[in-house]
Amino acid sequence: MKVFVIGAGITGSLITRELSKYDLEVHVIEKAPDIGWGVTKANSAIVHGGYDDPPESVRAKFAVPGNELYDKLSKELEFDFLRTGSYVVAFKREDVEYLKKLKERGKKNGVTNLEILTAKELKEKEPNLNEEIIAALWCPTAGITEPWEVSIAAIENAQENGAIVHLGEKVTDIIVQNQRVKKILTDKGEYDADIVINAAGLFADEIAKMAGIGDFEIFPRKGEYILLDEKLKGLVNAVIFPTPTKKSKGILVVPTVDGGILLGPNAVDLPKDQKENLETTRDGLNEVYEKSRKLVPKIDLSYTVKTFAGLRPETKDKDFIIGATKVWGFINVVGIRSPGLTAAPAIAKYIAEKVLSEDLGLNLSKKLDFNPYRRKIPHLNDSNLKEWEELVKKDPSFGRTVCFCNNVSEGEILEAIRRGARTLDGVKFRTRASFGRCQGGFCSLKILEIISRELSIPLEEIKQNYENSWIIKGKVRP
Amino acid sequence: MRRENVDVLIIGGGAAGLAAAIEAKKFGVKTLLLERDRSTGGVLNQCIHNGFGLHVFKAELTGPEFMEKLWEELGNLDEVIRNNYTVLKIDPEKKEVITLSEEGIVVFKPKALIMATGARERPLNSLRIPGSRVAGVFTAGVAQKMVNIYNRLPGNRVLIVGSGDIGLIMARRLKIEGMDVVGVVEIMPEPGGLIRNVVQCLDDFNIPLWLSHTVFKIHGKERLEGVTIGKVDENFKPIPGTERFLEVDTLVASVGLIPQNELIEDFVEMDAINRGPVVDDLMRTSVEWIFAAGNNVAIHDLVDFVYEEGKIAGKNAAKYVLGEKLPEAKYRFERGDNVGVLLPQKFTGSQPFKMYVRSRKSLEKSAISFSGRTIRKFNWKIRPSEMIDLVVKNFEGFPDEVLVEVNQIG
Amino acid sequence: MVKKLTCISCPIGCELSVSLDESGKILKIEGNRCPRGKEYAITEITNPQRILPISVKVEDGEMELVSAKTDKPVPKKKMYEIIEYIKKLKVKAPVKRGDLIVEDILGTGANLVATRTVNKKS
Repeated sequence: MKVFVIGAGITGSLITRELSKYDLEVHVIEKAPDIGWGVTKANSAIVHGGYDDPPESVRAKFAVPGNELYDKLSKELEFDFLRTGSYVVAFKREDVEYLKKLKERGKKNGVTNLEILTAKELKEKEPNLNEEIIAALWCPTAGITEPWEVSIAAIENAQENGAIVHLGEKVTDIIVQNQRVKKILTDKGEYDADIVINAAGLFADEIAKMAGIGDFEIFPRKGEYILLDEKLKGLVNAVIFPTPTKKSKGILVVPTVDGGILLGPNAVDLPKDQKENLETTRDGLNEVYEKSRKLVPKIDLSYTVKTFAGLRPETKDKDFIIGATKVWGFINVVGIRSPGLTAAPAIAKYIAEKVLSEDLGLNLSKKLDFNPYRRKIPHLNDSNLKEWEELVKKDPSFGRTVCFCNNVSEGEILEAIRRGARTLDGVKFRTRASFGRCQGGFCSLKILEIISRELSIPLEEIKQNYENSWIIKGKVRP
Repeated sequence: MRRENVDVLIIGGGAAGLAAAIEAKKFGVKTLLLERDRSTGGVLNQCIHNGFGLHVFKAELTGPEFMEKLWEELGNLDEVIRNNYTVLKIDPEKKEVITLSEEGIVVFKPKALIMATGARERPLNSLRIPGSRVAGVFTAGVAQKMVNIYNRLPGNRVLIVGSGDIGLIMARRLKIEGMDVVGVVEIMPEPGGLIRNVVQCLDDFNIPLWLSHTVFKIHGKERLEGVTIGKVDENFKPIPGTERFLEVDTLVASVGLIPQNELIEDFVEMDAINRGPVVDDLMRTSVEWIFAAGNNVAIHDLVDFVYEEGKIAGKNAAKYVLGEKLPEAKYRFERGDNVGVLLPQKFTGSQPFKMYVRSRKSLEKSAISFSGRTIRKFNWKIRPSEMIDLVVKNFEGFPDEVLVEVNQIG
Repeated sequence: MVKKLTCISCPIGCELSVSLDESGKILKIEGNRCPRGKEYAITEITNPQRILPISVKVEDGEMELVSAKTDKPVPKKKMYEIIEYIKKLKVKAPVKRGDLIVEDILGTGANLVATRTVNKKS
């Protein structure tokens, strides 16, 4: 049985990994040159508690179980995951009423440990929040992670278990015969396919249309972010939400796993034809600043490391669409907006255990030799010095620092290249080299040099990320 | 983990660190310099333009020449310098410096430490310019290294953002090497670099300088495709209607240098304006055994001054190691309203010393005064971009706290 | 007529006022803080000159380029011609700081000299 997952974002990656547990020929096709470069790359990186999705929604069905799976998943795949907890803060009486409602809703969704704290209780835990806050809803199970790292880890592990990964390959058509999936056509070839799982994020509607399914559309919604320096570590210890609005969860202040502080996102609905618009705007960044400063007045933009924007795939009903379709073998996993990162592990399980096994009636058998573990690239900041010294003794390249801001060694970069990094961003998202406060000032040329040497390609041909993102034009003196 | 005892340990092998090593070594103390890069010299390596050494060597040298002269002055480099050593942490209680290198983890136990960690460039990303995140945006230092060391050009058509000295130097450099340099935008009403560089790098090559201008938006999908620039008002807010699109595939940003003090800032008294440690005229920090010199103390205009500071730090660190009782820093400078960067912030009054001051405003005719007493008059225009250096010799009748003011006269 | 110049002899950058008569003869120079300012003003009015810092391609070197400069200022009006000439040059490693790369470059009387040491590739 040949299964093709379209899209190597967080959802597609975790589905690919989940399916690699079974005796199936699993492929994942991603149009970008690397894993997790779409919606997955730029979002708030929060594993939500799961209390605020409407209880009748598909979102609610997956958020809480997804959250619960993160402890095991992060151990198996060795990615950073911290259960920091989260607060929704109230400034007014009405807000407190809303917190109570959220708490009730949480109970319905299966989040049983929510607590409403007084301003005094909150201040003890989060001393830097606005003094005007009168209460907060505390959710101890919320957490933070690095979505791209989860994605990369899942794909690496799936590969280890036999999955076949196609990067930089774009699906151009899906052949359906007698209402059954038959073939997948790409810009690089064609494949016989029995099952196609549409996890194509912003472009999932286009993929569905190829299979003759046109009952939904995806709208891009942009969110802008400001990332602040890790110098501010401890400014907040947990995720801070304002009282939500109808449209979104609002602009947050989020600690990142490596100690920085992330502000954002705003929410701007874009026309359908702007699925690649990742521009930040003056107004958007101002809004992010003003609203996050309302939560944490101490926020100082002189600590800005960078700004960026991400897109979220929205459907008309602002809900996930997950399951089999009228075309046998074509499965939608679309509209995976917030809390998509949270829900993804549960969605992956659901696809295997419910959709394939029950709805499609496949008799899936588990591989006996499935290896659930993926080893991360060793990193100095996560190791103790003794361990690191052992590593250097074995391989001196781990003693040569390349990125000074984040203490990334040449050994880590070599390992990232071995695992598939071909671009500066490929190295950056696997190692955090050039992610820090100097933004690659000291290391980007050295990384280019290492990639060039290891892969025997001229400096001029190495890209920042996508095909046209060249970095160097040519020689000064030939 | 190997441990190594040393008398004077220097972190950083740029001009300040090399000068400190030269001087400390003269006192016969065991001196070691840790450099995180492949070789010492720091930014001098890539600064192939002339303009260095007028004070120290009485000659107009290029960066590499200045650097090699320091190497020669130091003598046997292998004895003093350890390249490819990164300092991970300084433990102020145990007085230990923990390093990573191909050797593994080495813990140095110095009697005195000299911080000569220099500065890093402020990345354009930190300025929150609206638009896309595309390839083709470089800091001036990266572009300079690319061209002068790696023999590579960053693109075809370039706009320089910020008129700091490296930005001006790079405008000329890229023009000479055949790039189309469309201009330099500077958000301030005056150039950020030395006027001499505006003349010889821009005017000589007909490169326009747009003052009170900035980048409003960055365009492009993958590689930079263009920028919208425009004029800003006195609060640096964009003025609508002044926008203009420039088709460029490269941006080179020279938007400031940031002293690097991450290793010490949690336990050494810091100066928020200099963004460096508080030092006295012997280049001592608030921690007795730690000295500092160069651009990590404050951003300097001239490598010559950095070199001189390194020598002072090297000399006094060596004396400290030898057990000589160094005089106490009795006096402290306080900043007047118009004083920006100022160093040293404390002084002993035991010897004449050089101090550096930046005026916050440009002044046509001005005077610098200490607690009301005029010390020096300037009959020429002083600017924030040009550091004033003056030798303080006479300490008679100074109060413990000396108010430094730079004011318009006449 | 008064011409305003910025002296570039050193990083201070004195602002000079040069008074000229109708024939272009210099009558008076003001604003200089040292004698070099006067010299600069005279050459800048009569025949402006600059030191040219640049790179030269190295063969078999541990670096691809060696930095170089003209050991004397060269006329501004010949600058581009000199640059184009230098771009075509190649030197063989090793090169030492101070090595003469071109003598009397394009008849200017200035020599092109290496400003750093580039060892042979090992």
